[in-house]
Amino acid sequence: MHRLAQRGLAIASTIALLVTAAGCSGDDGSGPGGASVPGVTDTEITVGTHMPLTGPASAGYSKIAPATKAYFDFVNAQGGVHGRKITYKIMDDGYNPANTQQVVRQLVLQDKVFAILNGLGTPTHTGVLDFLKSNRVPDLFVASGSRSWDQPDKYPGTFGFNPDYTVEGKILATYAKTNLAGQKVCFLGQDDDFGRDSLAGVEKVLGAGAVAVKQTYVTSNTNVAPQIGAFKAASCKVVVLATVPGFTALSIGTAARLGFKAQWLVSNVGADHPTLAKQLGAAAPILEGMVGTNYLPMQNDTANPWVQLFTKINKEYNGDAPFDGNTVYGMSVGYLFVQTLLAAGKDLTREKVLEAVQKGGFQGPGLVPLRFSAKDHSGYGGQRLSRVTGGVQSYFGPAYETDEADGPVNEYTAAPVAPPANGVPTVS
Amino acid sequence: MSATRAALPPKHQPVEAGDRPVDRRFGSTLLRHLAVVLAVGLVLVAVSYAVEPFRNFQLATVAAYLCATAGLTVLTGLNGQLSLGHGALMATGAYTVALCQNAFADRGMTGGWLLPLSLGAAIVSTVAVGAVVGVAAARLRGPYLAGVTLAVAIVVPALAVTFDGVFNGEQGLSVPVEPPPLSLGPYFPYERWQLWLTGAATLLALLLLANLVRSRYGRSFRAVRDDEVAARLAGIHVARTQVLAFVVSAATAGLGGALLAVLAQSVSPGAFSLTLSLFLLMAVVIGGLGRLTGALWGAVLLVALPDLTHSVTELFTLSPAVAQRLEGNLPLAIFGLTLIVVMIAAPGGVQGLLSRLGRSLLARWPARRS
Repeated sequence: MHRLAQRGLAIASTIALLVTAAGCSGDDGSGPGGASVPGVTDTEITVGTHMPLTGPASAGYSKIAPATKAYFDFVNAQGGVHGRKITYKIMDDGYNPANTQQVVRQLVLQDKVFAILNGLGTPTHTGVLDFLKSNRVPDLFVASGSRSWDQPDKYPGTFGFNPDYTVEGKILATYAKTNLAGQKVCFLGQDDDFGRDSLAGVEKVLGAGAVAVKQTYVTSNTNVAPQIGAFKAASCKVVVLATVPGFTALSIGTAARLGFKAQWLVSNVGADHPTLAKQLGAAAPILEGMVGTNYLPMQNDTANPWVQLFTKINKEYNGDAPFDGNTVYGMSVGYLFVQTLLAAGKDLTREKVLEAVQKGGFQGPGLVPLRFSAKDHSGYGGQRLSRVTGGVQSYFGPAYETDEADGPVNEYTAAPVAPPANGVPTVS
Repeated sequence: MSATRAALPPKHQPVEAGDRPVDRRFGSTLLRHLAVVLAVGLVLVAVSYAVEPFRNFQLATVAAYLCATAGLTVLTGLNGQLSLGHGALMATGAYTVALCQNAFADRGMTGGWLLPLSLGAAIVSTVAVGAVVGVAAARLRGPYLAGVTLAVAIVVPALAVTFDGVFNGEQGLSVPVEPPPLSLGPYFPYERWQLWLTGAATLLALLLLANLVRSRYGRSFRAVRDDEVAARLAGIHVARTQVLAFVVSAATAGLGGALLAVLAQSVSPGAFSLTLSLFLLMAVVIGGLGRLTGALWGAVLLVALPDLTHSVTELFTLSPAVAQRLEGNLPLAIFGLTLIVVMIAAPGGVQGLLSRLGRSLLARWPARRS
């Protein structure tokens, strides 16, 4: 019988240790209706994100969150927002939805972040929508163009940032329709909502049966020779790519190896030239003529005041990391978040932040307006086309705007705004 | 914390891995196990109130992994069959739960009895898969067995991508799970409910496993592991015993996977990669092969390590690039190093070390044997 007692004692002591250990960590979460706001003190705001710092999508994307953090450090050095410094917790999920579940729970439950900002990836972020909703965590400016973020009734706290993939598909397809008329169009997309939404946009413009060959890829398999082979066999002339940078490089590289030539039309999330050139190394010249899209200042446009500002911040706060589209993207996200915090006012709560975003009216580095409203939670509403010429990626033609439904693709002509003199937004 | 002290070897002379069939303990095995399970259950409930939500979630994850590691330790430690494919069996359970829960949700069915039903279906489907693999495994030894189970570990997640119409490729499926019953109050923390759910399921599984291990079947498992010829001479049907061990182990792995899917409210092939299968095996070896308590240490390790490495990387102000590289790879490296150190210093794993310590302490204690 005393064995039992011993065992009970052992168990009890283990538990006691566990409880003490748990008791030592963390503060008391305030109960429902509690006064304190998670992640907000008088001197600090803590926000978190999940990013692919490793894994199949880390090429290029791993530089986004450090750039956002650099912008926050720059703002913090000038006194922060309403006297609060912004702390940005970056968690690696390796672009694996299972890891995203874990790290986002850690951010929300353990680190008690005020909001999740710019969580990256369609398949990864889709899995945490419900969790964030049930914990009432603002889920701001998701780094993906999936249409899932724009469901104000179902996910009132979630807002997109990127133009949605359907909008992008429509803009790319319009280019194919007007400039590459009569040529056989084919499509390669990621095997999830990213690829599907993009294909839906392409088919809205070209018609349902117009895409000759549709192929998909999965990030766990780095062999796209079968897909590219299918394009070659069907002698496609135009290929639309809804791919992350690693797979854009892989597809164009594989095509060069198989001797397949086509006009590539690439999604904005996989079209940053410096990232692709780095992936391809000595083979970078095969990117010549690639058409991509973007909606933020082009990273090599040194005359652009936003690029000048971000370059300066990158030098001072980001260890002068190689400057590319991901840097511009990360800092643009940071700028928008600071604008949001300013608009939400000094007395910060989660509800006020959501109201501030829904009020909209943000002016920033984007070439097209952000769409935020009570009924619309999608981010940027359009894009501009770019082309690689002589190893340099630059914009051509006008910026376009459209919706994700059957609306027309219109030119957008308003001139972009200049950044504030000190690089920190003011309350609009 | 563990419901499985019962699997400990008796404390007298040192024993090899596993325990001895001779048992002169108090009362009936079943009653003793039941008492332990009840005690642990009560303690778990107390703990769930004492700790914060994230710890509850982590404990629930430990419970889910414990199902799988306990099954694996029975298969590898007691029956001597190596499996590199247990992650795939977990995936089978996880996807079954996802498909069942989605089917129920689509038909607008609600109710507390649906989840146990889905979990049951997950166990049944994994048993079917486990039986198929087990029949093959019973004919194979050593590296060939490792090869087959390795293939299973690679094939199953690939199936999810190949048949993306059903399994939705790498994005995976969401698992609709109902909130805690209203009878617990409107603000009952969801993480506490998760711990209760997984804790209850795991304790039940462990109770059954602990009894099995101490039964005639458990003895046959060990006999087959130690010497197949001798076992056959003693009238044990070797192949049948091996298939049975595989099926039991698969069932628990399926339950573990199903619980993980319920916890994460989603399932994707990335969660059940080959790495997970290898991690499971490493966890049971580090914990102490062939002991259910060892399986517990292994499960704790699986959950604690990534968390720990993240804290370690946060301690140092590293350049973003270095931190980035460490973040994904450090857990693997630490796991590997731990495995090597454990193999050299304490072949019995954590649990072996603990029981040795306990024994040496007891030896100094004036003996009070009743």
